[in-house]
Amino acid sequence: MSAILSLEGLTVSLPPGADRSFALEDVSLALRPNEILCVVGESGSGKSMMAGAILGLLPDDVYATAGKVVLEGENLLAFSDEALQKIRGARIGMIFQEPMTALNPLLTIGDQIAEMFETHTDLGAGIIRDRVLDLLRDVHIPDPEAARRAYPHELSGGQRQRAMIAMALALEPRLLIADEPTTALDVTTQAQILKLIRELQQRKGTAVLFITHDFGVVAEIADRVAVMQKGRLVEEGLADDVLNHPQHSYTRALIAAVPPLLPPPAQQTGSDIILRIEHVSKTYRKGGLLARSRRVTHAVNDVTLSLPRGGTLGIVGESGSGKSTLARCMVRLLDPDKGSIWLGDTDLATLSRKDMRAATQRIQMVYQDPFASLNPRRRAGELVAQGPIIHGESRALAQARVKELFALVGLDPDSTERFPHEFSGGQRQRIGLARALALNPEVLVADEPVSALDVSVQAQVLRLLADLRSRLGLSMIFITHDLRVAAQICDRIAVMKDGAVVEEGLTADVFTAPRHPYTRALLASVPGRDWIPPVSPDVLTGHGAAAAPVPDPINISRR
Amino acid sequence: MRVLYLALRRLAASLPTLFVVLAGLFLLLQLAPGDTVDALVAQMGGGDAVMIEELRRFYGLDVSVPVQLGRYVWRLLQLDLGYSAIYGKPVSTVILERLPATLLLMGSALSFAFAGGMALGVVAARKVNRWPDTLISTLGLIFYATPSFWFGLMGIVIFAVNLGWLPAGGLEEIGAGHSGLRRLVDIGWHLLLPTLTLALIFLATYLRIMRASMLEVLNLDFVRTARAKGLSPGRVVRRHVMRNALLPMVTLVGLQAGTMLGGSIVVESVFALPGLGRLAYESVVQRDLNTLLGIVFVSALLVIAVNFIVDLLYARLDPRIVT
Repeated sequence: MSAILSLEGLTVSLPPGADRSFALEDVSLALRPNEILCVVGESGSGKSMMAGAILGLLPDDVYATAGKVVLEGENLLAFSDEALQKIRGARIGMIFQEPMTALNPLLTIGDQIAEMFETHTDLGAGIIRDRVLDLLRDVHIPDPEAARRAYPHELSGGQRQRAMIAMALALEPRLLIADEPTTALDVTTQAQILKLIRELQQRKGTAVLFITHDFGVVAEIADRVAVMQKGRLVEEGLADDVLNHPQHSYTRALIAAVPPLLPPPAQQTGSDIILRIEHVSKTYRKGGLLARSRRVTHAVNDVTLSLPRGGTLGIVGESGSGKSTLARCMVRLLDPDKGSIWLGDTDLATLSRKDMRAATQRIQMVYQDPFASLNPRRRAGELVAQGPIIHGESRALAQARVKELFALVGLDPDSTERFPHEFSGGQRQRIGLARALALNPEVLVADEPVSALDVSVQAQVLRLLADLRSRLGLSMIFITHDLRVAAQICDRIAVMKDGAVVEEGLTADVFTAPRHPYTRALLASVPGRDWIPPVSPDVLTGHGAAAAPVPDPINISRR
Repeated sequence: MRVLYLALRRLAASLPTLFVVLAGLFLLLQLAPGDTVDALVAQMGGGDAVMIEELRRFYGLDVSVPVQLGRYVWRLLQLDLGYSAIYGKPVSTVILERLPATLLLMGSALSFAFAGGMALGVVAARKVNRWPDTLISTLGLIFYATPSFWFGLMGIVIFAVNLGWLPAGGLEEIGAGHSGLRRLVDIGWHLLLPTLTLALIFLATYLRIMRASMLEVLNLDFVRTARAKGLSPGRVVRRHVMRNALLPMVTLVGLQAGTMLGGSIVVESVFALPGLGRLAYESVVQRDLNTLLGIVFVSALLVIAVNFIVDLLYARLDPRIVT
């Protein structure tokens, strides 16, 4: 069968001053009808640039300088802007990552889908309305009539992405480009959307170019896989071949970094409990002048959990399950409404502001977004030293300790004078970790610490966390939505849904014999759950293929 | 319904503002030496103590300040603005005579600044860092940096005195006896320079806000979606970018309504327009407390009304606004 889309030696150059001169370099690919080709790569691999180059929507100063983009026999690079406009939407559909921001907030869903017909066809308003309803029905949106009249903010993330898919497929394009379409979604929603894309693709024989960074998703949906590294295509082949018998060393390293869904044998933890959360509740109230507009949200509802000394308790759940609120309650960034939080013999929930400030030395937090959680105007060293200085350490001593901490988390001790933006995402997360460790806490609360990182960096940070935990005797609360990550690092797992813990137990038990239906649903939704990465990463011991040396923390001073 | 509820709530919230403004001004003016009767007597060329006493009693100035304030507020609640001793007419009549000129000037200046600022902002954003953008941004800076009275004076010197194209001041040709359409054209002709003078500085602000928010919205994901749908660049801007970029502009119009009223005092003085601004100035000089308070009351109502309309408009524009 002849290809719908083929890239022939496509080269896209970046403006001078960029960190490399080509976004894409000599990329050749072919996509046949009724086929899903996954393009995988880490951030900066040029995979999104590929979509831009095909659609003629590259940023200013970025141009395709060589090669061809051939769509059904026509080279799109030779097309004028006007001619390309006729192709976009009509012959190539596109789905983007963020269903939150990829739809215009001021127009109804119906209007935005109808725009496809208004732009590319001469259909009358009545026919368009019927077609829009049909499309919304096709993507299984509950109550299509209401969804047609709804604004984007009135729909959930999954429904918005369904509307986006309806829009992309409105004119039945032969080619659909999906750029990380499920990355921003919860795992159960992700499973539904992947199923939907599969279903529509098979029904209409569409060819799909599916861009993703997630090997789980690849295993779930791909017919063929193309692996990108720094703008070059390093490996391409059938999904089964690439996933289970990767040839190129980069592919192997990437796959090795994917945490398998099988938990490793549990490590022994004592019966000594360091942190005990008892009946903690937190509600958010939204006041209104009238009683009917008042809203009460039970973000955390009567949660009881305990963390053994030296152990790691994972809290997993989807967005809105209350896991982050619970974490914030633990370090008293939020005040719980009810319940107690026993750290040793101290109830953190009842401490005064002043006493709590002193107690923060014992419990520290690492945040999700390594870009937003560091003050961009402060030097990295100052950010880490701030905590000890506030707690009464002398400036000179604190700064000496910062260097030790930098070495401990695997950063260059000479980089303390640099600003956060001069570090990569993974390095910034290490700074965040050093900041938390600067106070020698007994308990570390990590809120999605690796969610914003590329898979290979994620593996490094996870390994670092596991290593620090065993060397410093830390106890850890680990909050994540990613069950693969949870399986690797947590001794115990608590599953949260709508503010309550529905299941809690040893990781191996929860994964192999889940009791609650919601846990079962979560596990069933993990993309590529049947695929076991062929190279064992062995995250916890660091003997895997992609293991990096972790610096020796011998000279860390413990008070 | 949602919009109406929101608007009514905003309206209710502005009532205390109104009261505080009036009471504050009332007390502030007590600090200025002399009162209406002093000004009246000075106009008459003097008078004896008994007559001054009589006048004070007549105008209710013989009682203590709090009682005066109480009486004033009580009258206000009955929508009675009082009687102007200087003009010899009820304050409401005096203000209503002057209001049209100010409303006309403000309305036309606001419309011109909004439309011009929006159009220039859109052009500048679409040609960002190219010569149209540089030209527009530089002009904007000049408009913004130049005081409006200077603009007015230069306009008079060039267009009215040297070239003789436009009238130098006034609202219409006095004694020409125009009526109907002819009169409208004449008024428009007279308002051309004052409108431009008042509008330019606001136009410069709107232009910059529009340019900045256009640039921001152009980078958002849904604009990329719109382009990926195959919309032409013009349609992307009209349908997806502009409405989103207008939101900050609309907010600014409400915020600046009061500033514009203040600016119109200067412009009315420069162009000898019989508006509220000049009336306010004259009332201060003549210690005409009732008229001055009346003007403040009406101005505050104007600003509240503009903000009310802006709120309604905003809620219409942005479906995400909730009560």
